[in-house]
Amino acid sequence: MSTAIKVENLSKQYRLGVLGTGTISHDLNRWWHQVRGKEDPYLKVGETNDRTSKGNSEYVWALRDINFEVQQGEVLGIIGKNGAGKSTLLKLLSRVTSPTTGSIKARGRIASLLEVGTGFHEELTGRENIFLNGAILGMTKAEIRSKLEEIISFSGTERYIDTPVKRYSSGMRVRLAFAVAAHLEPEILIVDEVLAVGDAEFQSKAIGKMQDVAQGEGRTVLFVSHNMASIQTLCTRGILMSNGQVHTDHTVAEAISQYLSLNTKDTSTSYKASPDAINDYVWIESAFIESNDSINNQVMTGQDITIIVKYRAKELGLKCSLHVGVYNHFGDKILHLGSIYGGFDTFLTEKFGTIQCKIPRLPLVEGKYTVNFSLHVDGRPFHRIEDAVALFVENGDYFGNGKLPNPRESKVLVDQSWSVI
Amino acid sequence: MKEEEEDWTLVIEPRSSLFDLQLKEVWRYRDLLQLFVRRDFVAVYKQTILGPIWFFIQPLFTTIIFTFVFGRVAGISTNGVPPLLFYMAGIISWNYFAECLNTTSTVFITNANIFGKVYFPRLITPLSIVFSNMLKFGVQLALFLVVFIYYLVTTDLIQPNFYLLLVPFLIILMAALGLGFGMLISSMTTKYRDLKFLVTFGVQLAMYASPVIYPLSSLPEKYRFIILANPMSGIIETFRFAFLGAGELNLNYLVYSTLFTIVIFFIGLVIFNKVQKSFMDTV
Repeated sequence: MSTAIKVENLSKQYRLGVLGTGTISHDLNRWWHQVRGKEDPYLKVGETNDRTSKGNSEYVWALRDINFEVQQGEVLGIIGKNGAGKSTLLKLLSRVTSPTTGSIKARGRIASLLEVGTGFHEELTGRENIFLNGAILGMTKAEIRSKLEEIISFSGTERYIDTPVKRYSSGMRVRLAFAVAAHLEPEILIVDEVLAVGDAEFQSKAIGKMQDVAQGEGRTVLFVSHNMASIQTLCTRGILMSNGQVHTDHTVAEAISQYLSLNTKDTSTSYKASPDAINDYVWIESAFIESNDSINNQVMTGQDITIIVKYRAKELGLKCSLHVGVYNHFGDKILHLGSIYGGFDTFLTEKFGTIQCKIPRLPLVEGKYTVNFSLHVDGRPFHRIEDAVALFVENGDYFGNGKLPNPRESKVLVDQSWSVI
Repeated sequence: MKEEEEDWTLVIEPRSSLFDLQLKEVWRYRDLLQLFVRRDFVAVYKQTILGPIWFFIQPLFTTIIFTFVFGRVAGISTNGVPPLLFYMAGIISWNYFAECLNTTSTVFITNANIFGKVYFPRLITPLSIVFSNMLKFGVQLALFLVVFIYYLVTTDLIQPNFYLLLVPFLIILMAALGLGFGMLISSMTTKYRDLKFLVTFGVQLAMYASPVIYPLSSLPEKYRFIILANPMSGIIETFRFAFLGAGELNLNYLVYSTLFTIVIFFIGLVIFNKVQKSFMDTV
């Protein structure tokens, strides 16, 4: 096995703010340094790219000294929060822009699916656009012609193929575009979030195709996504990026768990309102989970649990309702609970009070969850608390027979009764 | 490690040689060039009834207006050549050059969307502009030839001559000149847009500093150098002389135009190539 991509000391600096009359002085200064053979003065001043804190410099490093190698045939997942530098890295790899310092060396053709459907022309028919889009992505006409039938049938738009693309629904457009891209045959394929589009049927088709490309055909794939589930199924290795640097370069499982721990904000067993929430008409004072009659956020599948919310109000007689969201550690919402589904439409506020929601036989599989609370007044969200409480679920005997499906296969459990008739 | 480093097929680095034009890659993408030309040519007149006839209408009407305004009202001489032919020859040549220049000069800005997502040799886009305009020019030239043959048969006012052999070369010059200027300007407008404003009316004004609407011979000797500084002047004069046999042919003018074109084309190409790598950051 040989190295397909080698990234060395790769950095990319961006300039913040607006380009205009004021910025030409920097350009002239930079040019003057270059003329005298000196180093670019602005390369020293950049700050790391932390979006949330205000910096002092006009220059930021979207990427700073990235080093990694990708072996041929490997499927590398690149994960990280928004602004971690993932997209910048892909842009450099796909040569949309060039690095500030460092180098990328590669063997074979690189093609990128940064966004599908690039260069579609509204007035041209689907068939004409297949050729145009394919050529933009680097295929020759002969290559496209040999795959035309396959592309059309993969996209599932046979009927419309000779109709201008402007008449297409957005879903059809995406299908057609992905179909073209999926039939590219570069040695190295870069994929950015394309699987987030299309309906469920098409998504699974797309993931299947990606798997074929990577495993069956032995090509190198770099895959960027926020969808941990597809990263986990597709990738063999994971790189976690954080603030423009490589944080972890390891197996997918390790990278994902690092990513999640990076993301963990609060693992508190209960929520308690901070003093500044208290100015409103009504607010959630505290919230926690009880099992076996004691506050406990470590529970088992199949156990009875109670979610308890205590509120206080300055205004009496407000019509309130409560909603609770349960999210798994990938950030997918697994459950939505609301007082309107199993109890009362609204309750009227008093000075303080307690609302409880009993969940018999918790149907969640093992894992770490976070619970959000939302207090609605007159049917509208009024006080929302995100990541209020962490909920740790361990495997329990839900079905009473000691058997459980793999947590990856089934996110929730339901009672079921089977028989041969 | 060292021996392995030899066979990388792609190396991406911040700086590369100014003269590494990657023309091989452009050649590999020739199918894309062809499809772009097709797209531009086909898509423009979709959903129109007259379709490609519009290609005729524009130069035809301009010619008629010019004939009326400059020929009749202003009374500018056309060297004894039928005004219709005189103006049409100038207009289609100038239009070809001007369209190549105008469209190429905004190539980075108008294509930022697609350039920001996929890589292909950027040079393909301006080339496709030049070629699709060349098709359009071809259609207009055909119209010109029809009028030309009509006058050739019915009158003896025009004397086509063996300089007609130069016409393909003249067309290449117009294309290369428009392309060269366009690439230069588009590269310079990615960061600071000021130049963009100059181009639009600059090209319009430059037409009056070329022999499109008057023959070179009608100018007093001491002002001629202004007109001749315009590299299109030599080209248009030669073009017209080849077909109509009127006016004056001075091959020195053409040599100047050729040298000018070569220089502008290469400067444009080199700068375009340098800018294309990172223009996405500043566009």
